[in-house]
Amino acid sequence: MSPLNRPVHLRRPSLGRPALRTLFRGLRARLVVAFLLVAALSALTTAALTFREARTAILKRTQDTAVSALRSQVNSQVPDLRFPPGHGDLARFTTNLARAGQAQQWNIYARYRDGAMVPKARPGARGIPDGVQQKVHSGIAAFQRVEINGEPWLAIGLPVAYSGEGGELSGLEVYAQVPLREDEANVQALVEAAQSGALPALALAIVPALLAARGVLRPVRELRRATQRITEGELDTRLKVTGSDELADLSRTFNDMAAALEENVAELRRMEANSRRFAADVSHELRTPLAAMTAVVDVLDEDAESLDEDTAYAVRLISQETGKLARMVEDLMEISRFDAGAAALHLDEVDVAETVRKTLQARGWQDKVTADLPEGVRARLDPRRVDVVVANLVGNALRHGGEPVAVAVRTEERYDGGEHSGERLLIEVADRGEGIDPDVLPHVFERFFKADAARVRSEGSGLGLAITMENVRLHDGTVRAANGPGGGAVFTVDLPLRRGGDES
Amino acid sequence: MSRVLLIEDDRAVREGVTLTLRRRGHEVEGAPTGEAGLAALESFRPDLVLLDLMLPDKSGFEVCRRIRATQQIPIIMLTARGDDIDVVLGLEAGADDYIVKPARGEVLEARIRAVLRRAAPVDGGGPDPAVPQATAETHGDLTIDRAGLLVSKHGQDLPLAPSEMKLLLYLSATPGRVFSRQQLLEHVWEHSYHGDARLVDACVMRLRTKVEESTRSPRYIQTVRGFGYRFGPV
Repeated sequence: MSPLNRPVHLRRPSLGRPALRTLFRGLRARLVVAFLLVAALSALTTAALTFREARTAILKRTQDTAVSALRSQVNSQVPDLRFPPGHGDLARFTTNLARAGQAQQWNIYARYRDGAMVPKARPGARGIPDGVQQKVHSGIAAFQRVEINGEPWLAIGLPVAYSGEGGELSGLEVYAQVPLREDEANVQALVEAAQSGALPALALAIVPALLAARGVLRPVRELRRATQRITEGELDTRLKVTGSDELADLSRTFNDMAAALEENVAELRRMEANSRRFAADVSHELRTPLAAMTAVVDVLDEDAESLDEDTAYAVRLISQETGKLARMVEDLMEISRFDAGAAALHLDEVDVAETVRKTLQARGWQDKVTADLPEGVRARLDPRRVDVVVANLVGNALRHGGEPVAVAVRTEERYDGGEHSGERLLIEVADRGEGIDPDVLPHVFERFFKADAARVRSEGSGLGLAITMENVRLHDGTVRAANGPGGGAVFTVDLPLRRGGDES
Repeated sequence: MSRVLLIEDDRAVREGVTLTLRRRGHEVEGAPTGEAGLAALESFRPDLVLLDLMLPDKSGFEVCRRIRATQQIPIIMLTARGDDIDVVLGLEAGADDYIVKPARGEVLEARIRAVLRRAAPVDGGGPDPAVPQATAETHGDLTIDRAGLLVSKHGQDLPLAPSEMKLLLYLSATPGRVFSRQQLLEHVWEHSYHGDARLVDACVMRLRTKVEESTRSPRYIQTVRGFGYRFGPV
């Protein structure tokens, strides 16, 4: 699988229940709060307006009732009054009025011309407001709300005129104080009704608020999921566009973006695949002529001795370079197979010490390499690929490092966050050379990477370490390059140590 | 030395291989196509076939199958390295071994020698004419004549390819003993320890279809998980 084909594994943000704090900061909470505020505001405004209207209406009715009651009582009793009335007459008149208005619970005062109020207002009690008295004095009926000892009262003033055409003022003024306590209670009930109506209304408002929030949030949540899927490499993710609001526009734009992204990535992959296929095709085409040449290099080597010096040199050179070319083409083919994902792992349970020892023996390296190979370590691996890995690392160490090269095999229990994550097989190849420049270390496994800027030709194809890494990776392992504490380069192959199971 | 039939479509490779093998004393007949190769099988009567898997007219596998239908001569496939599927198919078709191109003359020579040794009696000295019957041994329904290189089941001769024959002889020499694939590669195929273990597995599969009653529960060629194969014990 090419690197581009590999799914990108990013840390997946948790989709679980968000923390309480984020819950309150979330879009849903904000929407619901805004909705409730609007609902509360409109409920309050409506209630306030209604309250005002209702109160005005109630008070007006009370006033009208009181005024008309007073007027009719005065009309019925005034004919009995002697004119001009004395103090006693006025007292009797007010007493009669008060008795007649028992239902109204009013206090009646009367005054003739500029005389004193009869009866006298109780000390400390507020009498009839001056404004009302002035109006009545000039012949206009008036009333005003007043507070007496914290309780609402209505003060009413009526001027009494002679009956007849002119309606000339008689100079008699009648005042009444009517308690408004019951009406206040009615208004209070109105406020309470508004309150008890507004609170359930507010509570009910949460339901449409939540519904509205859901309606807005669902597309947002889908957008988030889709973005996440794109991040995870599922570039064919698309959103279902419903409606024609701003969120639908956003979804449409998202889909366009995803399509563009998918197309670009596909194009990149195509290009990458093409260039890789080109490398594979070229190597493939080179192989047939190389096969013919390789078959006859023995003939050249054998007969070189009988040729004159220059020809023999040329012939040997051709023979050697044919070999190198063949190796290079083989390495290219091998890399191409890794790139195409065509490299197969043939696992077999083997004795690790024996596998490494046989690698060294097959290349005649026993004397140049010190091997620390514990007996009895068995592991399931692909012996041919491990042979390539060890041979490449040791060959590299012999070429670039210095003897003695040391190969060590060991096993290690690995713990991941306290949990046993399995046994590992470590193969370490160390040399006694100058080590690797730290700047160069991260690049040593790159293809055709030569530590030497001069690009001095070496034995290898320049693909040895890249092939090593691919082989290790195929085993789900890693290979690291580092400099040892005592100088020299250390390459460590780290493989999962598998045992048992079926042979493949 | 030996008569080698080379079936290879590329002229340069065919001529190069012919040249290097001739110089090593082999008699070589080159055939550019599968048809020509099958025809030469009759006229040339080779000891061994070198068979390119990628042939223009007929696939190498088909040629391999056609040869195996009538003859048990050694067949070595010529293949490009890493063409994994090709190797597996070729081995299933009955090839004894394979050589990865490009290969030097000495590699070709070594493999040819190994395969021919496989075809010859195992002790290399040839059967002792005085005691021809003494080498025949019986394991269950199988009778194995090591000297005569004959294996029969219920008295009927089994047509075994050279690699199958040598593997059976090697395993049955010590019934019950377990051999790892690597050991078998080294001793039966004369490959390196790190050779292709699929050679062993493919050969075991072919051998089982010929000697076992049921390949699912083999009686003679048994798998020992994690270690390799053993013969019986019956």
